[in-house]
Amino acid sequence: MNEHLAIETRGLTKVYGSGNTEVVAMRDATVAVRRGEVIALLGPSGAGKSTFLTAVGLINPPTSGQVLISGVLVLDGPIALVHLRSFRRKHIGYVFQKSNLIPFLSARENVQIALQLDGASPRRARRRTLELLEELGVADRAENGTSMLSGGEQQRVAIARALANDPSVILADEPTAALDSHRGRQVMELFRRVAHEHGAGVIVVTHDQRTLEVFDTIYEMEDGAITNGIHSQEAVR
Amino acid sequence: MNLAAKDIQHNLGRFALTVFGIGMLLMIVMGMGGIYRGLVEDATLLVERIGADLWVVQRDTRGPFAEVSRVPKTLVYRVLAVPGVESAREFVFHTIQREQNGKPLRMSVLGLSWPLDKGEWLPLVAGRPLAQNHYEMIADKTLGLRPHEQIKLGKETYTVVGITGGMASTAGDGMIFVTVWDSQAIQFDTPNEAIRLERAAREHRSEATDLFLSQPVLTEQLSRPVAELPAVASPELSAVVVRVAPGADMDAVAAAISTWSDVSVFTKAGQEDLLLKGMVDKSRRQLGMFRALLTIIAAVIMALILYTLTLDKLHSIALLKLIGAPNRVILGLILQQAIVLGGVGYGIAFLVGQKLFPYFPRRVVLTSEDLLRLAAIVLGISVLSSLLGIWRAMRVEPNEALMG
Repeated sequence: MNEHLAIETRGLTKVYGSGNTEVVAMRDATVAVRRGEVIALLGPSGAGKSTFLTAVGLINPPTSGQVLISGVLVLDGPIALVHLRSFRRKHIGYVFQKSNLIPFLSARENVQIALQLDGASPRRARRRTLELLEELGVADRAENGTSMLSGGEQQRVAIARALANDPSVILADEPTAALDSHRGRQVMELFRRVAHEHGAGVIVVTHDQRTLEVFDTIYEMEDGAITNGIHSQEAVR
Repeated sequence: MNLAAKDIQHNLGRFALTVFGIGMLLMIVMGMGGIYRGLVEDATLLVERIGADLWVVQRDTRGPFAEVSRVPKTLVYRVLAVPGVESAREFVFHTIQREQNGKPLRMSVLGLSWPLDKGEWLPLVAGRPLAQNHYEMIADKTLGLRPHEQIKLGKETYTVVGITGGMASTAGDGMIFVTVWDSQAIQFDTPNEAIRLERAAREHRSEATDLFLSQPVLTEQLSRPVAELPAVASPELSAVVVRVAPGADMDAVAAAISTWSDVSVFTKAGQEDLLLKGMVDKSRRQLGMFRALLTIIAAVIMALILYTLTLDKLHSIALLKLIGAPNRVILGLILQQAIVLGGVGYGIAFLVGQKLFPYFPRRVVLTSEDLLRLAAIVLGISVLSSLLGIWRAMRVEPNEALMG
């Protein structure tokens, strides 16, 4: 068991259907992400990136293979070895392309809810939330409704929520797709900063080739299989 | 953080309109219950207020309210002769419909046994009891008559001298109180032409009768008013109301009068039973069915509204599940909204009802017991109607949050 690894997957395979209709969406996906490391997962549509992300995010269990988070075996094939929902709450943060936030809550409440669900008192949750929003540069929009925030601000609030419970892993699915290149780059750099400062392993699914130098390692996915990771500087060259 | 409150706050306008609609529906359910309660109170009001221990009516009838009863005026004196009877009074009751100021005026007429009864027992809200045995009346305020107003009934004009509150017949018609003589004059009023025709017919019949041929002087008698004809009985009463002397055995008095072959006797409780089971029962069942249907409709509408509100939140619910919200948080979100919907709707129903019910043509009586029972039912249907939404919410998978 390697506790320096934020997340480790071993031979993840996901098969939908059976017989003639069988589709292998992901095959033998093995990845290891260290604490503080930011990795990118590239690949065309239908390559299996989202299947991989939902499997390691404990949302959609694999057909076979293992998922370990902070060294703890969480999924052994489709079998959950922990209570998934509470494990997600404590150990995983999610950021998506859009519709990240609960529309009937303010920016602050969207972050605070994650803390309160994990048992924090309202006062402590509020203080921590304001710290996170301050850190991400959106403290001045804390009481605004989500519809009043720009795309970049919404993503920052979503990142703040993802960081709220000090997770081991942050999973981001196309987090910059709805942003212009400047905002997109800012968000990617933010991931890098929070990964280093908070010691979380970050997996980002992206198509955005402009920001590859931000990542420590880049994996490519094709036909459900993950190629060996390469260092970002190498990939940029 | 209360998610239900936050969601309501976010969709306040829509939620307020929905709650108002539910409130109106519940107000109708509440009103139906109040109408039934009013019906029961109206039905038994007179029997309660008149203070009679026994009602003596025509044999084998269920009079004087449930059906027509006719007893002779002399029955009062026969009843008075029964040991244990403290007082016996004439009772005349019938319903008439007249025009007043171009509008139909429907009223139940009750004859007071002058001079024993001048209407002192009536709940007067204005004016005074009767002070003379003719041409004065006390009217209920629901009839819209004012003190000193004059109204023509039959051939006579009556002056309103007193106004009562809450005196209505079983049918919900406002009551007027006149002396027994006046009530009979109103009841048996016949147009002049009809009197002339009857008199002519009487004379014509006499021409074919031996008695009148052999004694022509009798023919002259036939031209006199009906009330003066010795062979014709005086107008009859609807019933005789009896008060039993303190300490006397009411059952023994009733049993003694029951032995007479021309009358039936009912106790106060028996009379109330006749009114409730006979006259009010169908209305009660009908109102009950309407209430049940409306309650079911309210529950169905609430279920659909809550289901729609849940559908609108599916993405948020998926997101909550994704970030690890336990099921009780999701369940609480929907259940609390259901209870707020029902609770506030109930409050609106009560408040609007308080303002509107007094304008209903029939009396609407809201008792604490009925209100509490309806509150419990509303709570029940709020919880039940949220089940569909809860079922849908529980089926949401966290990965639906990724679908945008």
